[in-house]
Amino acid sequence: MFNPTYIADIQHLETQESMSADLTGAEITVRCLQEEGVEHIFGYPGGAVLFLYDELFKQDKVRHILVRHEQAAVHAADGYARSSNKVGVALVTSGPGVTNAVTGIATAYMDSIPLVIISGQVPTHAIGLDAFQEVDTVGITRPCVKHNFLVKDVTELAVTIKKAFYIASTGRPGPVLVDIPKDVSQQKTKFVYPERVTMRSYNPNIRGHAGQIKKAVQLILEARRPMIYTGGGVILSDAAARLTELVRLLRFPCTNTLMGLGGYPATDPQFVGMLGMHGTYEANMAMQHCDVLVAVGARFDDRVIGNPKHFYNPDRKIIHIDIDPSSISKRVKVDVPIVGNVPDVLDELIKLLELRKEKPDQSALDAWWAQIDSWRERDCLRYDRASAIIKPQMVVETLYKVTNGDAFITSDVGQHQMWAAQFYKFDLPRRWINSGGLGTMGFGLPSAMGVQMANPGADVACITGEASIQMCIQELSTCKQYHLPLKIINLNNRYMGMVRQWQEFFHGNRYAESYMDALPDFVKLAESYGHVGMRIEQPGDVEAALQEAFKLKDRLVFMDFVTDQTENVFPMVPGGKGLSEMILV
Amino acid sequence: MRHIISLLMENEAGALSRVAGLFSSRGYNIESLTVAATEDSTLSRMTLVTTGSDDVIEQITKQLNKLIEVVKVVDLSEGNHIERELMLIKVRAVDHDREEIKRMADIFRGRIIDVTDKSYTIELTGTGSKLDAFIEAMNHTTILETVRTGASGIGRGERILKV
Repeated sequence: MFNPTYIADIQHLETQESMSADLTGAEITVRCLQEEGVEHIFGYPGGAVLFLYDELFKQDKVRHILVRHEQAAVHAADGYARSSNKVGVALVTSGPGVTNAVTGIATAYMDSIPLVIISGQVPTHAIGLDAFQEVDTVGITRPCVKHNFLVKDVTELAVTIKKAFYIASTGRPGPVLVDIPKDVSQQKTKFVYPERVTMRSYNPNIRGHAGQIKKAVQLILEARRPMIYTGGGVILSDAAARLTELVRLLRFPCTNTLMGLGGYPATDPQFVGMLGMHGTYEANMAMQHCDVLVAVGARFDDRVIGNPKHFYNPDRKIIHIDIDPSSISKRVKVDVPIVGNVPDVLDELIKLLELRKEKPDQSALDAWWAQIDSWRERDCLRYDRASAIIKPQMVVETLYKVTNGDAFITSDVGQHQMWAAQFYKFDLPRRWINSGGLGTMGFGLPSAMGVQMANPGADVACITGEASIQMCIQELSTCKQYHLPLKIINLNNRYMGMVRQWQEFFHGNRYAESYMDALPDFVKLAESYGHVGMRIEQPGDVEAALQEAFKLKDRLVFMDFVTDQTENVFPMVPGGKGLSEMILV
Repeated sequence: MRHIISLLMENEAGALSRVAGLFSSRGYNIESLTVAATEDSTLSRMTLVTTGSDDVIEQITKQLNKLIEVVKVVDLSEGNHIERELMLIKVRAVDHDREEIKRMADIFRGRIIDVTDKSYTIELTGTGSKLDAFIEAMNHTTILETVRTGASGIGRGERILKV
C-alpha cells in the first residue's frame, strides 16, 4: 500500500535526526577529549573499548600512544602530567586492562598527579554476571583514585568526563577514573560539552585564612632558627617562583622533600639539600633543631621526619600551608595551620612581610647560618671519587655536568633514585619525576616516555637500576615505535640495591633474594629493540660515554654502567628512628 | 571517646561504599551506620557512630569531607543533640511470662507489634543504652531475635544540618 503522507513523515524525521546529529558514546568521548585540549593519550586496546578506538582512528586531533602494558600507559600519562602541568590521559580496556593499570593509578594517587583514566567495561546488561573480562573497576580502584565514575547512561557521559577533568586538576590533584560500558559507547545521544561544572559537594578553591596568615607572619618575624620545608605541593601548584621569592626575602634556609626537588633552586646557597631518610645531615639537623618551621605543600610523612615522637620539639613552632585539610595535623600537630592554595598563600605572606618592613633578628639568623655551615662541613654526601670501580654517585654527578643540569630526570625506585635526588641538582620544578609516595619500581622508563612526549626535543634521562628497569622493560618497544630518544642510565650493581643495603644494616648481611642473577645482556637487548646499547665498566669512560650518548639526539641509548656492588646510600635515618639519628658515611 | 557523626551526601550508587571503604582502609572503627534518603531525594543522610581519640576524630571528619560525594559533615557530639535507635525484638512468650513481658514493654514504652501464642515481637525506640537495658530486662526469658538499626541523630533546637 502506498501512503505518501507516511513517507513524508519519515523523511521529516530523518532530517530532524541529522540536524540534531546524535553521536555515539564513543564519538562523545573523543569529542570531550578534543574539547579538553588533550593532545596525547596513552593506552592499549581491547574488546570493551573497540568503539572508542574506532573513533580515535577516524580523527587526528588526539594522538594515541600505544604502550606494551597498561601499567606503562598510566605511568606515561603520569610523567606527561608531572612534566607539563596538563592532565594526563590513559585509556585501557576492561578486566585485566584495568587491573594492570591499578599500579599506575595508585602511583599517581600517592603523589597527587592529575590524571583521567578511561576504562572500558562489559555491557551494562552483563555487569555483575561474571562476564568475560569483567572486574568491578569502580570497586577495585576506589581506594586509589581521587574519584571514579561508572557511566550507565550515555546522556551522562559528556558531563561525567567534564567532571573527571575538573576534579582531577583542581584542589589537591589526583587521578579520576571513568568506566564506560561497551553498550554505552555505542548508544547515541545529543552531544553538548558543558563549559563548566559546579558540584555542591566539591568546592576546591580555598583561600588561606587571613588571620592565620597574619599569625604566621608574626611567628616568622620572631624566628631565631627558622627553616622552610617544602614538598610536592609547591611543584603541583606551580609555586616555585613565589617560594624562591619568599625564601630569598627572608634569607632563611630551605629544604625540599624528595617530591619537592626543584621547588627551590638546588644550586642556591640557601638550599640545604633534600631532607628525610636519605636527606643531608645539614637539612635533617636544621629541621630537628629549628624554632620556627614553615611547611609548604608537604605532609610530614614517615620517610621525611622519621619517628614523629622523636621529631616533636616543644620549642619549635610549626606553620603548615597545604590545600588539603586532612594533610594538616595528620602525623604532626601544628601551631598555625593554613588551608589554601600554596601560591596564593605565599603571595599573601610576601605582601604582608613587605608591608611590615620588619625583619627577623639578623644576628640570630647569622648565628643559625653559622651552625648550618658547620653541619655542612660534615660533607655528608662524600664518596670515594678515586675508586677504581664506577661509583653510582659519580655517574649521576657526571650526568649533571654533561646535561648542564638541564635535563628531565625520571627514576625508578631504590638506591639509584636516592643518588639521583642527592646528586642531580634541580634548579627548576617539574624536572625531577619519580614515584615518591608509592615507590613503584618500573615507573622510570614509561614515565620518561610521557615526559618526552610532553617535551619534544628536551633531554630526558631515566636513572634506573638493573632490577627496576626489568619491571617495564617491554616499553623499549614503544620507544622504538614513537622514536623516543631517551637516555637510560642503568646503575647496574647486580643487586636490588636498597633491599641489599637494608639486609646489610638490619638483617645480618643475609642477602635474601636480593641478588639479581641471570641478567640479560642489556646492550644486546637494547640493540634487539633497535636502540643503541653501551656498557661502561671503567670510571674513566663514564664522561665520554655520556657525552657520546647525548650527542645521539634521535636515538634511545641504553647505558649499562657496571657499578660498585657494595655502595650504600648515606646519610640514612633508619626506619622508626628520629631525624637526627642518622647513619653517616 | 564515642562520637556520633552526621553527614549529607549525594544519593548516588556507590556513595555508601566510599564511606565504608574509607573507614576500613584507614583503620577507623564503625560502631554503627545508618543511611537513607532525605526529603530531597538527591541527598542521603548518614549517621555514623565511631570511637577514637580527638586526633582520630579530626582526621575522620576531614577525610569524610574530602570524599567528593559528601556535601556536609558534622560531629553531633560537639553540641546538644538527640539520638534514637529502633529495635525489633522477638521473645518467647508463654504462660505467666506473657503478662510480665507485656508489662515490661509498657514500662519501656515499647509496643507489641506481632503476636503468636508462643511469642511477642516488640518495637522499641530510644538511646542505645535504653535498648541495652531492655535486652537486659528480657534476659530471664528467651530472646529469639533482635534487630537494631544503629543510632540516628539530630541536633537540638536551631542546630540544623542542611545544604
